Amino acid sequence: MSRSLALKALRAALPARCLITDPKGTKPYETDGLTALRQPPWLVVLPETEAQVRQVLLICAQHDVPVVARGAGTGLSGGARPVADGVVLGLSRLDQVLEVDLDNCVARVQPGVRNLAISEAVAHHGLYYAPDPSSQIACSIGGNVAENSGGVHCLKYGLTVHNVVGLRVLTVSGEVLELGGKTLDSPGYDLLALLCGSEGMLGIVTEVIVKLLPRPPASAVLLMAFDSAAAAAETVSQIIAQGLVPAGLEMMDQLATQAVEDFVHAGYPTEAAALLLCEVDGVPEEVASNVELVSRIAKEYGAIELRVAHEPHEQAAFWAGRKAAFPAAGRLAPDYYCMDGTIPRAALADVLGRIAGLADEYGLPVANVFHAGDGNLHPLILYDASVPGEMAKAEAIGGRILELCVAVGGTVTGEHGVGVEKLDQMCVQFSAQELDQFFRVKDSFDPNGTLNPGKAIPTLARCSEVGGMHVHGGELPFNNLDRF
Amino acid sequence: MSADDQSERLHEAVRRACADAQPLLVAGSGSKRFLLDALVSDGAALLSVAEHVGVVDYRPDELVVTVRTGTPLHDLQGLLDANQQLLPFDPPRFEGGGTIGGAIASGLAGPARPWRGSVRDCLLGVELVNGVGERLRFGGQVMKNVAGYDVSRLQSGAFGSLGVLLTVSLRLLPKPAVERTCALELDAPTALARMRQWARQPLPLTGVGYQAGVLWARLAGSEPAVAAALAELGGEPVADGASWWDDLRDHTLPVFKGDAPLVRVIVPPSAPAPLEGSVVEWAGGLRWFAAEDAAHGQRLAAEAEAHGGYACGFDGRYARVEHSVMAEALRIQQRRIKHAFDPQDLFNRGLVEMDAD
Ligand SMILES: Cc1cc2nc3c(=O)[nH]c(=O)nc-3n(C[C@H](O)[C@H](O)[C@H](O)COP(=O)(O)OP(=O)(O)OC[C@H]3O[C@@H](n4cnc5c(N)ncnc54)[C@H](O)[C@@H]3O)c2cc1C
Repeated sequence: MSRSLALKALRAALPARCLITDPKGTKPYETDGLTALRQPPWLVVLPETEAQVRQVLLICAQHDVPVVARGAGTGLSGGARPVADGVVLGLSRLDQVLEVDLDNCVARVQPGVRNLAISEAVAHHGLYYAPDPSSQIACSIGGNVAENSGGVHCLKYGLTVHNVVGLRVLTVSGEVLELGGKTLDSPGYDLLALLCGSEGMLGIVTEVIVKLLPRPPASAVLLMAFDSAAAAAETVSQIIAQGLVPAGLEMMDQLATQAVEDFVHAGYPTEAAALLLCEVDGVPEEVASNVELVSRIAKEYGAIELRVAHEPHEQAAFWAGRKAAFPAAGRLAPDYYCMDGTIPRAALADVLGRIAGLADEYGLPVANVFHAGDGNLHPLILYDASVPGEMAKAEAIGGRILELCVAVGGTVTGEHGVGVEKLDQMCVQFSAQELDQFFRVKDSFDPNGTLNPGKAIPTLARCSEVGGMHVHGGELPFNNLDRF
Repeated sequence: MSADDQSERLHEAVRRACADAQPLLVAGSGSKRFLLDALVSDGAALLSVAEHVGVVDYRPDELVVTVRTGTPLHDLQGLLDANQQLLPFDPPRFEGGGTIGGAIASGLAGPARPWRGSVRDCLLGVELVNGVGERLRFGGQVMKNVAGYDVSRLQSGAFGSLGVLLTVSLRLLPKPAVERTCALELDAPTALARMRQWARQPLPLTGVGYQAGVLWARLAGSEPAVAAALAELGGEPVADGASWWDDLRDHTLPVFKGDAPLVRVIVPPSAPAPLEGSVVEWAGGLRWFAAEDAAHGQRLAAEAEAHGGYACGFDGRYARVEHSVMAEALRIQQRRIKHAFDPQDLFNRGLVEMDAD
C-alpha cells in the first residue's frame, strides 16, 4: 500500500473540495450511528460525479487502499465505520433525483438522495416510495440498498429489496454493472437482490431505480393498550392469523412508552404494560371494516384501552411517539445499545419475557420498541459508558438476546446489518462452510478485499476464537484460501 | 430420515458427482425441462429431486411455509388453499405439473407479479447443496433478515445452476375475501394507456392483461374495496373470470398452444412496442408473441431492446444465464458467481459459458 502515491493520484483526479485530509474535517466520519465505535479515517473523499467515484476506486485498488462507502452515516451496526489507513468514500454529494417516470411509476435517483426526499419529490403526483426507516429524513437511498432497510410500513409494502427495481453499480475495478431496470424481470442471476443488504462489500451503488406506489386513499391508526406484553403479542399473532396484513403493526413496552410520554407527550397511556399501534389502509370501506376487525381482536385478547385515529393529524400524533422512541430512550440513560434480531411472531411473548429476565440478571434496563408485525425486535439496552464495566455488560446482554433470536428460529439482524457489531453472532448463525460460501461470493466481486474489509462476514479464525461456530468434521474447509 | 426426506441421498449424490467431475441435470417433475433442453450438455446424469417431498414446517399464523423442493405445486397449493392462503407469485403449472423447487429455480411468476411481487420477493430462505458438495442454509423463516449476503434470493431464476435446492421457505399471503374480473373492449394502444393510468391509482388490482381486443382486470380484496374498484374501472364483470387468468398463468391460451415459436418480451410497462398481436400481462410489462418467422422474432427483439427491454424465445434456450442485452462486465460477473458456487460447472452445464471467461 502506498498512501502517498494514492493521495497524489486522488489530488490529481478530483477537485480539492472533494478531499478531506485534516483530522478536524474527518472527525464526523469516525463513526456511523453506532457511536460507541470510533476509528479515524486516513482520508475522506466526497466525489460529485460517478466518474469521480470510479477514479477513486481505480486509484485505491491500484494502491491497495481499503475503501469504505458511506451514505448518511446513520447505520446502526458500524457498516460505514472507517478502517485504519482506508478511504471513506462519501456518496452524499451524489444527491440528485435524475428522473421521475410517471408512466412506469419509477424514479431514478443518485445514491446520496435522502429516503424521504424521494417521496417528497413525487408527492404532488399522489405517489410515494414505500420503505420508511425511522431515520428517513437523514438516511440515503444508497445506504438503504446496502442495508436492505425496512420501516414501519414494510409489513405490507416490503423492504428495500422489494421496492428497488434497478441499480447501477461500480465494481472495485471500475466496471459498470446495470442490474434490473424499469422492467419487471431481467435475464441471468438476480444480482440486484444480492447487492441489497451487501453492506458496501460487493460494489458501490451509483444509481437506484425505485418503485413508486400510489398513496392509499384512506387509512386509520389504532392505538391499543394491554396490561401484559404477552397479551399484546398474542393480539399481533391473531391479527395476522385473521388474514389481515396491516400497513404497520408496532409495539412498545412500558419503559419505552413512559420515555416517549415524558419526551413528546403523545398522550400514550403510561400505565399500560404494552402498546400496539396498528395502521390499516385502503379504500374507505375496507379501512372501516379492518378497524372493526382489529378492534374486535384486541378486545378479545384483553385490550384495556383502544383509540382510533381517522384524521391525518390524529394519526400523526399517534405515530409521533413511536417515531420519537429512539431519541426518547436516549434520555433515559447516557447510552443505549439498539439490537435488531428477528423472530417468528409466535415466539414474541416468550422472547420478550426472556429479555426481561436478562435485563434483571445483568441489572441493566431494556426498553422494547419494535416492528411487531414482522417479528423484528429492537431491544434498547440502557447503560452508562462512563461506569466501568457497563458497556461490556450491555454488549453481553445484546449478544445473548441475539443468540436467543437464532435459537427460536430467527436471525441476528433484521434490518440494521452485521457491520462490525454482529460479527460474533454471525458465527452462531452460520457454519464454517456457509461463511466460506459468503467469502467466495465476496471474492467473485472483490478478490483483493478492497471494499469495506473486515465487515459483515466474520473470518473463520474469529469464529473459532468466539467458539460459537459449528465446524463440520473438525476441519475448516478450504484451508488453503486466504481469509479477509 | 423419513422416505420423503431425501436430503442425505441428494447430498451424497452431489458429493459423488464432485469427486467424479460428473455433470448433473438437476430436475424436479420435468415440467419446465423444455426451457433448458437445448443447453444442458449431453453427458449429464439426471439428478431428480422429485422424490424429495413434504412440508417441513407450516404455521399459518406466521404466513410462512418451509417445504422440500420436490413437493408438487399442486399439493402445496391444496394445503395453502385449505388454510385460506396462497403463494404470492402465481407460479405457472405447465401441463398441470411442476414442483415448488422448479417454480423457484425457474423464477417464473404469473399474472399477479406487479402487485404481489416476483418469485424471489417471497423467498425467505433455502437449504441447498452447492457445487463443492456442501450442504448449506441461507436466510430463514422470517420476513426480515440481513445476516450475510442474500444467497437465497439468488437461487430464484438460476435454474438450479448454483446448487441443488433441498428446502425453501416462502412468505405467503392471506387469500383475499373476494376476487372479481372485468373486461373492456379496447384496441391495444388504448388498452396500454389505460393500464398505465390504473397503475398510478390506488386500486386493489392483482392482474391486468390484454388479448385480442379485450382488456382484462382482476381485482381482489375485501368486498367493499373490490366493488368500489369495479365501479371505477367500468367494463363488464366476467362471471367465470378466474379461468382466463388460469389460462394465462398456465399457458393454455391459444398464443401458447400453436406451433409458432413463443417469444417472451420484457419491456418497461409503458413501452409502446412491440405490442400489436401480443398477449399482454403484468399491466404491460410482459408480452407474449407467437413468432411468424425468424425475421419476426428478430424484429421483436430489436423493438424490445430499443425500448429498454429484451426478448427471449420461450424454448430450450430460455434458461441460459447470459443474454445478448448484457454488457460484457455483467456477463463476466455472472460467470464469477457461477464459479463461486459451482467451480466445476457440474449443475446444468451449458447454462453459463464458463470457458469464455
Ligand atoms: C434513529 C435511527 C433510526 C433508524 N431506523 C431504522 C429503521 O426503522 N429501519 C432500518 O432499516 N434502519 C433504521 N436505521 C438504520 C439506518 O438508518 C439504515 O441502515 C440506513 O439505511 C443507513 O443509511 P445511510 O445512508 O446512513 O448509510 P450509512 O450508515 O452511511 O452506510 C450503511 C452501509 O451502507 C454502505 N453504503 C452506503 N452507501 C453506499 C453506496 N452508495 N454503495 C454501496 N454501499 C453503500 C456503507 O458502506 C455501510 O456499510 C435507523 C438509524 C437511526 C440512527
